Amino acid sequence: MKLKAFNEKCSGCGTCRLACAIENFQEVNPSKSVLRIEARFPAPGDYRIHLCDQCGVCADNCPEDAIQLENGVLLVNPDACTGCLICVEVCPHDVMFEQPQSDVPAKCNLCGECAVTCPRDAITLVEEQN
Amino acid sequence: MMYGYAGAILRIDLSRGSVRKEPLPESLAANFIGGRGFVAKILYDELAPGIEPFDPQNMLIAATGPLTGHFLPASGKTHFGTKSPATGGYADSNMGGHFGPQVKYAGYDVLVITGKAASPSYLFISDDTVEIRPAEAYWGQGSITAEKNFKDRLGDDYQILTIGPAGENTVRYACISHDFGRQAGRTGVGAVMGSKNLKAIAVKGTQSIPVADLKDAYAKGKEAYRNVMAKPGFEGWTPEGTAGITNWTNEVGVFPTRNFQTSYAEHYKDINGKAILDRLKITDKGCFGCPTPCGKYGHTKTPSGSAYVEGPEYETIALFGGNCELKTIEEVAYANYLCDELGIDTISAGVVVGWAIECFQKGILTREEIGRDIDFSDLKTVIFLLEKIARREGIGDLLAEGVKIAAEKTGQGSERFAIHVKGLEWSGYECRNAPSMMLAYMTADVGAHHNRAWVLGHDLAGAWTNVHDLIASGGGDEAQPKAVVSDRSAQYVIASQQTRSLFDALGNCRLQMMELGFEEEPYAELYSIITGRTKSWEELLNISERIWHLTRAFSVREIKNFGRHLDLPPARLYEDPIASGPNQGHVLSRADIENLLTWYYEARGWDQTGIPTRETLVRVGLPEVAEDLEAKGLL
Repeated sequence: MKLKAFNEKCSGCGTCRLACAIENFQEVNPSKSVLRIEARFPAPGDYRIHLCDQCGVCADNCPEDAIQLENGVLLVNPDACTGCLICVEVCPHDVMFEQPQSDVPAKCNLCGECAVTCPRDAITLVEEQN
Repeated sequence: MMYGYAGAILRIDLSRGSVRKEPLPESLAANFIGGRGFVAKILYDELAPGIEPFDPQNMLIAATGPLTGHFLPASGKTHFGTKSPATGGYADSNMGGHFGPQVKYAGYDVLVITGKAASPSYLFISDDTVEIRPAEAYWGQGSITAEKNFKDRLGDDYQILTIGPAGENTVRYACISHDFGRQAGRTGVGAVMGSKNLKAIAVKGTQSIPVADLKDAYAKGKEAYRNVMAKPGFEGWTPEGTAGITNWTNEVGVFPTRNFQTSYAEHYKDINGKAILDRLKITDKGCFGCPTPCGKYGHTKTPSGSAYVEGPEYETIALFGGNCELKTIEEVAYANYLCDELGIDTISAGVVVGWAIECFQKGILTREEIGRDIDFSDLKTVIFLLEKIARREGIGDLLAEGVKIAAEKTGQGSERFAIHVKGLEWSGYECRNAPSMMLAYMTADVGAHHNRAWVLGHDLAGAWTNVHDLIASGGGDEAQPKAVVSDRSAQYVIASQQTRSLFDALGNCRLQMMELGFEEEPYAELYSIITGRTKSWEELLNISERIWHLTRAFSVREIKNFGRHLDLPPARLYEDPIASGPNQGHVLSRADIENLLTWYYEARGWDQTGIPTRETLVRVGLPEVAEDLEAKGLL
């Protein structure tokens, strides 16, 4: 499975980001979420959803091999991570985040809450296609 | 810990350049909930009586509610409050978008701004970092332009409020703008912000709001989304948003047209929701957490100019498409854009421009006074007047005062067709055959605004009916029977005032309930789970009633000779029969109007001059207000 974004359906409401923060951090605090909604206003007047599509650039660039595939999801192993944050720099979607209270960056774990809660089906969980 | 709330008030004194964070009082949260409840209580207790709206001592309050920023449908509301530049009494204006949640994530429930900055400034808030910063470089910029410039400078993760030239020049119906198309539009809150030399507020928050039972709140929040999305109105109402009511309001003859001379615009299908979808729309644009976005963002092209613009929403369609008779959705959208950029409320502007055109047609205002000929159905007239108003140039200086003051200064009978109550211009529903809605406009605490009660369903369908069902049932363009005027109108209006105003205290949008028919109980349940204060909807309504009497008491205190006469509509609405359309020939008599007020005052527990009685104030838990008004000889 992977997340897929449909930009044209997004209305920028941010429900996905709040759900992400509650599900993964137990906080009512969207600044912790691991996806971004880019609002392009006043022109061209649309939204761009930036989320982790498990592309693997983070894992490929991790000097400690701390980002590993587990059950089809790339996850950060906190014991192996040294906090160098190279993954945050190289992420092509800017959806790996430095965390204020931890050396280990936050990454999407494909919990799917963003897709479940999006009221407009702008984010969905789809079967991975090779 | 105060669950649900951020737990703090941020006080900013622009004269002294000082900021202070203080705990949110427990009693304030318990007795006034939030949002407009906070606005009303703080204004009544802290604003010295008799302060003029543009005096530096006047307060500009931005208040969220306990539901703001939480996981439930459309929890993005902020309430702005002040002593009203429009009426001299109580004012608040609510806004969607993303600002309120961000204020709470920064750690504050309420911002209380007093004083006046020595030079143009903006307020910068990033969690506990709060600074009053220079804004000379932004002064004079349009609201949208300035917002983009602040975002470019500070980052896209800041939520921005701005005012435009109209706010800077204290146009009495200047708005506060946000998110490239949302506004706190009404009552002149933007003018108060301008009078304080405050161009903008930028806020970013990275903190969590505490919740009494987060797991349960998240589950119930998700359930609320599912249930809202299961309502027929979700599929039926959402695509066109508020603009979708345009056909219906014309088919039943309540669409203000040509300065309220009539209530039906023959060209309504060229300015309706479908026209927006067919000719303007790029994307739906939602407020925080909203599954049913009203915002339709698009691009408009006219011979006079092109622009990106959010909207127009229904009220703008009614006041520019109907009241000024702009003939196409493109023209209405361009007027909408210009108001947004200049920072002017589209509702009040549409009333003021309509009044000016009628004055010109009647020879009351001359070409020499105005600077050119002006006419209905003429976008160039609208552009000319809006530009003048925003900068208070020439005729604009008179019109910037609002239709009440402008008509009083102009005289020659123009007062009788200056469409307002208490000084706030009338919004998008003509009521000469809708007695309950007429009463709602007459008694709304901020002036002639539909926000506080919307009871057209009672007038036209005989019962409370959600907006989607009204639209779906259709109107038919058929002649309407003359409405029956009865004391039931008072009950309908009070019930609606209590309910809608409760949402304004909770900090949540009411649209899912009012427009789609979502139930009320989930809101009480979510309030209880989030805050840990178990309250039924009925108990919350009782607090809403308390707030209603408090806002009335504030206006009694602040407006000289406050009384029954200030609840009357302009003479046109009880003397001139509707000129055309389904309600042609209908009018409510002055006697009907007086009866409606009499029944309303009795039901509210006010005396027949419209002042809350001591017994009523004590009953709703405001004995100190009764003491205060008595001490001032006002009770």
